[in-house]
Amino acid sequence: MSRPEHQAPPEIYYGDAEAKKYTQNTRNKQIQADMTYRALELLNLPSDEPAFLLDIGCGSGLSGEILEEEGHIWAGVDIAPSMLEVALERDINGDLFLQDIGQGFGFRPGSFDGAISISVLQWLLNAETSHPTSSPPHRLTRFFTTLHSALRNPSRAVFQFYPTSDDQIQLITSIAQKAGFGGGVVVDYPNSKKARKVFLCLFVGGGGTQQQ
Amino acid sequence: MVRLITHNLLACHVKGCTTNNFPLIFRDVEVELQETEFNPDFIRNMLSRLEWTALINAAKQVGDTSLPPEQPDMMDDELLQKLHHVLMEINVTDGAMVCQNCNHIYPISNGIPNMLLAEHEIG
Ligand SMILES: [Zn+2]
Repeated sequence: MSRPEHQAPPEIYYGDAEAKKYTQNTRNKQIQADMTYRALELLNLPSDEPAFLLDIGCGSGLSGEILEEEGHIWAGVDIAPSMLEVALERDINGDLFLQDIGQGFGFRPGSFDGAISISVLQWLLNAETSHPTSSPPHRLTRFFTTLHSALRNPSRAVFQFYPTSDDQIQLITSIAQKAGFGGGVVVDYPNSKKARKVFLCLFVGGGGTQQQ
Repeated sequence: MVRLITHNLLACHVKGCTTNNFPLIFRDVEVELQETEFNPDFIRNMLSRLEWTALINAAKQVGDTSLPPEQPDMMDDELLQKLHHVLMEINVTDGAMVCQNCNHIYPISNGIPNMLLAEHEIG
């Protein structure tokens, strides 16, 4: 099976059945949880301080649940209504928005202490949405520019994603840099085909490394 | 759902809509109250990010007038509690948020605000 983002746009791929299936699958849940904990680690938030976080492509709230457990408050955006409906049924505490991240955000400057995104960024590169659309670079530019502005200085945004080539990583990082982000790519288990995980760690300002 | 904490950070993101695009005005809203744990550190942490006047007006639109019209210099525990309630416990589940500049309507139905733009509204 090819990856979902090569089959159909996200709001189509994650219809009602697929959304439920994804959320109930124990293995998906575990992988999603592991990646969320790793993303949180890479966010490097000040310890014991509740943060206000943005979950980009929050889906049915699997990551959000973990953010809550870790004492944080969050808001999430997703383009798949079925996923958001499952999130509502699951009684999670984050605010949920139906949003196409390729259209950009309207959050005021400095709104969030950080952002995480699990298995979403590749959707901006591959399948177009079913909405009339412009090119991936345009969509990435709007996304990173408005995200950069929505984050506090200093802070971080951490994305786990599935690039299919180094060119894709190159494209994404260069657009993120133009939008004002520092940072770069972290690869976990680089030599394992199965366990390999790519994280894009973007910094606003110094990325908050000096925070206590 | 939209809580006032998030509403207070949200401006209109329609192409070219850059002035007077905050705050979005609540229209025909239905609200649900949901108790959440009081976390004074979090509320304190959010204070510098809030636009007080926008918050007071939004609270009024959803039927809450418990906060003082001017942001007090000192936040005692009682005030933080009230602020917690307004920011975190009032969930707007249905209705709309309307931009006072370009009149774009962001509908909220079954707890989910629709932030999708039409092709001509994308920057
Ligand atoms: Zn507007």
